[in-house]
Amino acid sequence: MPEFWINMGPQHPMTHGLWNMKVKVDGETITDARPEIGYLHRGVEKISEVREFQKVIVLTDRLCYVSSITWSHAYCLAVEKMMGVEVPERGQYLRVISLELQRIASHLMWLAAYGPDLGLLTVLLWSLRERELFLDLIQLLSGARMNQNYPRIGGVRNDMPENFEAMCKRSIEHFLEKLDHDYEKMLHESKIFHMRTQGVGKISAADAVNWGVTGPNLRACGVNVDVRRLDPYEVYEELDFEVQTWKGPDAGDSYSRFICRFNEMRESCKIVLEALAKMPKEGAYRTKPPRRGEGEGYARTEDSRGEALFYVCGDGDDRPYRVKIRSPIFCTMAATPIMLRGNKLADSVAILGSIDVCVGEIDK
Amino acid sequence: MSAVAANAPGVSGRPVEGCEAQILADLKREFGPKLLEARVVRPRVAEVAIDRADLLALCHYLKEVAGYEHLGCISAVDWKDHFESVYHIENYATGCVVQLNARIPHDDPKIASVCPLWNAANYHEREAWDLMGIVYEGHPNLTRILLPEDFKFHPLRKDFPQEVDRQYISRRKLKGGK
Amino acid sequence: MSAPLVPSLFGACYILTGWIIWIIDQILYAIGFVIPPINDPLHALGGWLASPAVLTVITWLVMVLVMTIWAVLLNLLTMMWVERKTYSRLQDRYGIMISVWSLPLWPFSRRKDRPTHKGWGYLQNVADGMKLLQKENLVPASADSMMFNVAPAWIAGTTLMVFAALPWSSGLYVANLDLGILFILAAFSLAPLGILIAGWSANNKYTLVGGLRSAAMLMAYEIPLILVVIALVFTTGSLDPQVLVAQQERALTINGVVTPLPAWNIFGPQILGFVIFMVAIVAEMERIPFDLPEADAELVEGWTTELSGMRFGLVFGFKWLRMIAGAGLISILYLGGWSGPVFYTFYIGNVPIPIIPEEVWFMLRIYLLGIFFVLLSWAVPRVRIDQILNIGWKRLIPFALLAIVIAAAWQMLFNVG
Repeated sequence: MPEFWINMGPQHPMTHGLWNMKVKVDGETITDARPEIGYLHRGVEKISEVREFQKVIVLTDRLCYVSSITWSHAYCLAVEKMMGVEVPERGQYLRVISLELQRIASHLMWLAAYGPDLGLLTVLLWSLRERELFLDLIQLLSGARMNQNYPRIGGVRNDMPENFEAMCKRSIEHFLEKLDHDYEKMLHESKIFHMRTQGVGKISAADAVNWGVTGPNLRACGVNVDVRRLDPYEVYEELDFEVQTWKGPDAGDSYSRFICRFNEMRESCKIVLEALAKMPKEGAYRTKPPRRGEGEGYARTEDSRGEALFYVCGDGDDRPYRVKIRSPIFCTMAATPIMLRGNKLADSVAILGSIDVCVGEIDK
Repeated sequence: MSAVAANAPGVSGRPVEGCEAQILADLKREFGPKLLEARVVRPRVAEVAIDRADLLALCHYLKEVAGYEHLGCISAVDWKDHFESVYHIENYATGCVVQLNARIPHDDPKIASVCPLWNAANYHEREAWDLMGIVYEGHPNLTRILLPEDFKFHPLRKDFPQEVDRQYISRRKLKGGK
Repeated sequence: MSAPLVPSLFGACYILTGWIIWIIDQILYAIGFVIPPINDPLHALGGWLASPAVLTVITWLVMVLVMTIWAVLLNLLTMMWVERKTYSRLQDRYGIMISVWSLPLWPFSRRKDRPTHKGWGYLQNVADGMKLLQKENLVPASADSMMFNVAPAWIAGTTLMVFAALPWSSGLYVANLDLGILFILAAFSLAPLGILIAGWSANNKYTLVGGLRSAAMLMAYEIPLILVVIALVFTTGSLDPQVLVAQQERALTINGVVTPLPAWNIFGPQILGFVIFMVAIVAEMERIPFDLPEADAELVEGWTTELSGMRFGLVFGFKWLRMIAGAGLISILYLGGWSGPVFYTFYIGNVPIPIIPEEVWFMLRIYLLGIFFVLLSWAVPRVRIDQILNIGWKRLIPFALLAIVIAAAWQMLFNVG
């Protein structure tokens, strides 16, 4: 049978978003792949040139809608660097807490999508059940479950309510217990799961760095890079957490990506508890930024999916002159043909699911 | 020293003090007259402005000699009298970032492509071509990526009009101010 | 000892057919009375209809109808309900909850104090079936329309054929064949042809890949299935389901010591065969972990992608019918079929009604096996096609041959009667 191209998407039940992956199959083996993106292009960069600085936060929230606080926070950091605004300490701690809670929620959404990819439909419902805990916490903190519009230039929108700390501790305790019992048994101890994900979708560390892969995808290849540790922002220098790097053999396959991302959830829980303990009890959570900005500001943060980078230019107006958004999955998408070549067609979902695609941030 | 070797014992994944001053001194030493601007913005960030002709030499130096192996981002900015292709190049071993502003004349938007050095540039340059119209010479596949294949314009340019709602124009501007 | 509720389906249907023919005859005689010229031919027709030969033929048709209603209408719906409730509870949610109170008719009118969606959920499958009936029947323009229409009918028909020979008790069967198990396995194995036709005729890359995967997988797993049945024949000496179950009804004796266990074939050298049969039947039923042909993760719906409306409903629903048939086969071969004690028998007139008849024991085994298959499916990821074929060819077949060797050796050494 000759080789032919199969379209996976754009309408597909399991590609998590609106993009197309053309794979060329020879029988069951993939010989080539070509991703096609741009179905969700909304022109965020162009719109943000006519909105005032604070009004752009609403747009950046919706870049990656699963992990919105991290994107708005990256934008606020870039504008603060441009304007020279310093965020008070309590505001920084609040930002870190909301970021890490959002990171856990985003990883749980990834897990909820990855299980059904492999046929494990029970994990979908269990992960979404746990995600409800964190969405409730985020709602308590910021008022919304999704697209919260919480970070501001100069701090955060509001202070945390009184019962937040107690509820946070209770939820995290429940969540850690569930991670250790239910998820370990369902995923880590399942031989079929190992069969499906080990050795599949390999990318070498040199290739990954060259193609711009970042985040848990890069740490799974064995490269010890986490922007929170390498280029600390906010109060990450004072918090103690372990960067989840894959240290064993067989680096760079889907199983290592899964393990790195899974263990990051535990580390985020640790960060949240530590931040709650170390936070200054009183203080301002926000400073008023100047209305106009001139110059260039650049910030990079460790988003749930990798390294998010914002480059903001101002020309003295009360709106940005140029906002450039660098999405981690945009670059990983370029590396997917390397990961897919040589594997079987049935592995394509296991690979594409393990790199955690969120199309909103690719297409801006 | 590449990041792959950065996992050798002894390299912590933490930033190195003074790396931005170090790289700035190195670049000034190698390319002194070609740097139009060079300064340290803040710890771990150095900013350099060059003309488009010197791009490949500088990038080659950064990658091969100084070990900056991660190309973070390529942005395209339309300052109305010239274009700028901004490169953010990062070093995994020291945590330093070099921001390279390459100036391009407005009527001849061409610049060399850094795809042979960093494959990460592939998609970024396609996006800059798609939205801003800067041609990257030497790119293996310079086609539209986000917009449809037959779209005729480059929307992110400042002369591409955008519908602006009247209420988003500030009062001062409406009265004729800046 | 065990006793059936329906001692002979043929006898019961014969009586039923007699009544039906009697009613038809009365109608014919009444018409003949009203229109005198055709009275004599109608009387002759009525008499011919009531003759034993015609009664027998119509009884066979009625038996098939009764068995189809029993298997499809009652057991299929119940098995689907059991599956949906079980996996919902595994996923920490209630599951389907439509009940009779949701019907918008009197006396089920909605009231504030009576919630509509807090019932048992049994009618949900009926509602889903009716929904599928109302959908548009799409046939892709470039598809081979004759084969496209034949494929679901083929799958449904061959699955129903299994129930012609699968007995539900010592009386509730349509036909008792001497080679009953062979016939059941053969009918089971005809469905893959329908799957291949469905995958090819839809003229779609997804369905083609799905159909080919399915053909490869089912071909690989039928061989160990038949090999372990051969291993079983060494001890039982017969492929007749009635004989198989009758042999398992006594107590297990080891070297002359009577144990309280029944002599099921699973307690003995056939245990290896049982394990292999279970694995192979999960693959034959195309359940997770072996459901890659229909994997909705990458192939949309695999070979059923282009089927819409009741075509899809038939192949989808009959997956559960195959599960019932598979579970029934396992219980006849290894778990003692329908044997189980009757605790008490009471009499209506002179018709004996056992409290727990054989049918109930059989259905108990089927539903317990069904729950096991459901929990297995929904807690385990999918295995990739080349790994499935690996397991089938390289692991199951050697073990099945080993089972044959063990059975033959046991038979020779112990000569267990």
